[in-house]
Amino acid sequence: MSVVKEFTKGLWKEVPPFRLVLGLCPVLAVTTAAKNGMGMGLATTFVLVCSNVLVSLLRNVIPSKVRIAAFIVVIASFVVIVELMMQAYFYPLYKVLGIFIPLIVVNCIILGRAEAFASKNPLFPSIADGLGMGLGFTLSLTFLGGIREIFGAGTIFGMPLMGASFEPFSILVKAPGAFICLGLILGLINWISAKRS
Amino acid sequence: MSDYLLMIVSAIFVNNILLARYLGNCPFLGVSNRMDTATGMAMAVVFVITLASTITWIVQYYVLTPLGLEYLQTIAFILVIAALVQFVEMFLQKSVPALYRSLGIFLPLITTNCAVLGVAVLVIQHEYGFLQMLIFGFASSVGYGLALILMTGIRERAAVSPIPTYFKGTSLGLMTAGLLALAFLGFVGMVH
Repeated sequence: MSVVKEFTKGLWKEVPPFRLVLGLCPVLAVTTAAKNGMGMGLATTFVLVCSNVLVSLLRNVIPSKVRIAAFIVVIASFVVIVELMMQAYFYPLYKVLGIFIPLIVVNCIILGRAEAFASKNPLFPSIADGLGMGLGFTLSLTFLGGIREIFGAGTIFGMPLMGASFEPFSILVKAPGAFICLGLILGLINWISAKRS
Repeated sequence: MSDYLLMIVSAIFVNNILLARYLGNCPFLGVSNRMDTATGMAMAVVFVITLASTITWIVQYYVLTPLGLEYLQTIAFILVIAALVQFVEMFLQKSVPALYRSLGIFLPLITTNCAVLGVAVLVIQHEYGFLQMLIFGFASSVGYGLALILMTGIRERAAVSPIPTYFKGTSLGLMTAGLLALAFLGFVGMVH
């Protein structure tokens, strides 16, 4: 039961980029299109789940004084794996995400989950927590990327959507669009939560 | 010489690491509420980024490349940066207590500031030489400080203005950053 709860909290109650405003850099940078957002989300999920597993298994071995350094080494190792795998099998996506793949290391969500959850909980809840948070992160990035792609380029996942007469708001796929779009979504989420309670 | 000047203008205004490259946004939104903390953070960032890109550059070209270990770049860099920040903190505390008191609390935050690792990786990706690296690192971090201080000025004014309830806090902060990014987009024509 609690495993299910750990999984679902990542999907709405604590959904990473919107509720816990953490790890914003990749959220803003790679969401120019739905596909890029999804790729980044899945790469982050992989690192998040793997590092949660390892941190949870090693939680009684790592001395608490050097735990942050140990977590960073664990996370960085999985990021290197992701980096090499993407270079080998998803080269176009690797080119698009560029510098933000090595930067998964400093995504505060991953270190945050290792510190706040995996270092204190057994294996299965930690996997559920990682999967839930990762899925929430992926969905949020895909959602934001989708909005920016639909209005900024008139397509979704690369397919034309808005018809020929549509004039794309090209500002949305540039830097200012990312900030404004995310700001509006946060406002919307505040409004929805206020209406619910 | 004009190449270097162009590089400085480009790194500060056109490709501002915060507003055009989206690096280091978490501390940007976190500390931009008060001017004194923002200036402290800006100075700490300039200091750490310049130092970190110098050291990671040396690690890359004198340790990783000769040993054929380039694939360990990410791990090596983050460890170097974390150790460096820790070391700088201890050094300042011992030797320059006045500076430590003004920068101290920001230093631990900087390890998770992706701008530091970001600039270090960008320097290697652009294959800069030593002097170019130094200028790029310094100018990028000055750009970060500039954007941070501008943003804080706007947010201090916004704090006393009537804002719709649901947009208060981070939501408005992001939209302010968006407008600032829009203003910085105007610099694009300056450098080709």
